[in-house]
Amino acid sequence: MQTAIAMPRSRVLRAYLLESRYEFLRLLRTPSFALPTILFPSMFYLLFGVVLSGSARGFDAARYMLATYSVFGVMAPGLFGFGVVVAMEREQGLLTLKRALPMPPGAYLVAKMAMAMLFAALITLLLMAMGFVLGHVRMPLDNWLALLAVDTLGVLPFCAIGLLIGTLVGGQGAPAVVNLVYLPMSFLSGLWLPLRLLPETLQQTAPLWPSTHLGQIALSVTGLGHGGRIAWHAAVLAGFTVVFFLFARRRLAWSG
Amino acid sequence: MHAITAAAVATKPSATVYAASGCTAMLSNAVKRHGAVTALDGVDLDLHPGELLALLGPNGAGKTTAVSLLLGLQWPDAGAARLFGLDPRCLEARRRIGVMLQEAALQSTLRVGELIRLTASYYPRPRDLDDVARLAGVEDLLRRRQGKLSGGEKRRVQFALAICGNPEILFLDEPTVGLDLDARTAMWKTLRKLVAGGCSVVLTTHYLEEAEALADRVMVLAHGRIVAAGTVDDIRAHVARRRIRCTCNLAPEALRAWPEVDRVEGQGGHLEIATPRPEAVLRRLLAADPGLRELEVRRAGLAEAFVEITREEKGAA
Repeated sequence: MQTAIAMPRSRVLRAYLLESRYEFLRLLRTPSFALPTILFPSMFYLLFGVVLSGSARGFDAARYMLATYSVFGVMAPGLFGFGVVVAMEREQGLLTLKRALPMPPGAYLVAKMAMAMLFAALITLLLMAMGFVLGHVRMPLDNWLALLAVDTLGVLPFCAIGLLIGTLVGGQGAPAVVNLVYLPMSFLSGLWLPLRLLPETLQQTAPLWPSTHLGQIALSVTGLGHGGRIAWHAAVLAGFTVVFFLFARRRLAWSG
Repeated sequence: MHAITAAAVATKPSATVYAASGCTAMLSNAVKRHGAVTALDGVDLDLHPGELLALLGPNGAGKTTAVSLLLGLQWPDAGAARLFGLDPRCLEARRRIGVMLQEAALQSTLRVGELIRLTASYYPRPRDLDDVARLAGVEDLLRRRQGKLSGGEKRRVQFALAICGNPEILFLDEPTVGLDLDARTAMWKTLRKLVAGGCSVVLTTHYLEEAEALADRVMVLAHGRIVAAGTVDDIRAHVARRRIRCTCNLAPEALRAWPEVDRVEGQGGHLEIATPRPEAVLRRLLAADPGLRELEVRRAGLAEAFVEITREEKGAA
């Protein structure tokens, strides 16, 4: 029998790149997904971060809200991009075909993760521009860059949560389920209103939500942190990511 | 319309490298249960290089489960599934196969050319895009978005993805469903050329004429077991009966009493007689009714054999 032709590493890399590139093209050609995902958090920030609190509580509020609303914003591409899209692709049989094909094992997830990170960066930059121009937020360049990095990486735990949702529910129900997770979690982790304004019970349960930890890191790097060190929050987020990803992997029966 | 060139097929590099023996894909005593239902109940299957094997059987017979085991989408509860001697879940094995599944909606916002390029990127030595397009008859579709295609066009694109990696085994699950006559004939032609070039094919189909036209070997599954296997002729011979049709003045009841007659159907003089010994029946028939007309004796087609085999199986179960 003929022996297998070896797959050069450059071709494996090419498969990853093509997968990511086409994932990007798909999103670009689906403005009904791309535009709301980018504009929704911007609109929220404009209303609550700039218009409502900007003048009332001054400089700190706009900066505070930039950190928390950018976290609110970057949760969406992770939760929706994975939750809804994976649910649909699973239902339509595309995922089964991809598993039967010799797609490099990580290409599907890496491509989607890369797109989620790209969207997260875009959303953060848009909010930063609004914060700078409209909310008159001023801070050292380091803080701006740190917030961009935190938000871009911070999308990953929400990718893992979205992935698990996508493996559990069908394409029709996925948007509703994602919203059911997304919106309450954002509120309960103090992304819309500062935690200290929430009832005490909610303040105590806040550490249960991964968004709380990302919010705390975002606040710390913008110079507004209090409560807990960055390393601890980052470790919790990493834990969430691994656990949800492992559950999802089991659900998908993902095989090499 | 869907021209197929010999040159496109001749680029297949591996055809000459096959050894004369050895299985490319194999199930050995494979058992797969889904809850209380036994989908496959001890199935043996072996696929040789350059062979087209057709899996036939009613819905729920286990065809798709058998293919899923060979693709590594599921794994057997007992027994084994192997591709090129490897676990089908192993990437190295799957780099040598092409797949066309029955229900797989491809990314609707991507163009056909992009889908082929993406799928080809998974393989170590894929075919040229032009060759793939010619072989699958999708030259005119390359710039079109998958979501805008008709059902038949989508099937052709899926076939293009199956062959784009220059695979040694093709798994085709009901490949010609929804194709018009032209496209179906073109796909058959391509399959024959690929098989002639050394590619093995596992084909599941409901179209018996498809198996009759293409298959070197046929396996009939029912209730998760192989109930018949062999060449198309073997399967047809499985049903020893011949059918005699004629117009005559004899009463069906009288014919049913003849020992060599199994079954008589029809009325108004048009009769269809089933018998394992057509010669004896014919002699008696012609003697009994000199006015007998429109005589026709037929061997069972694959369709009839198939119905017969699965009916016997049901009777035994």
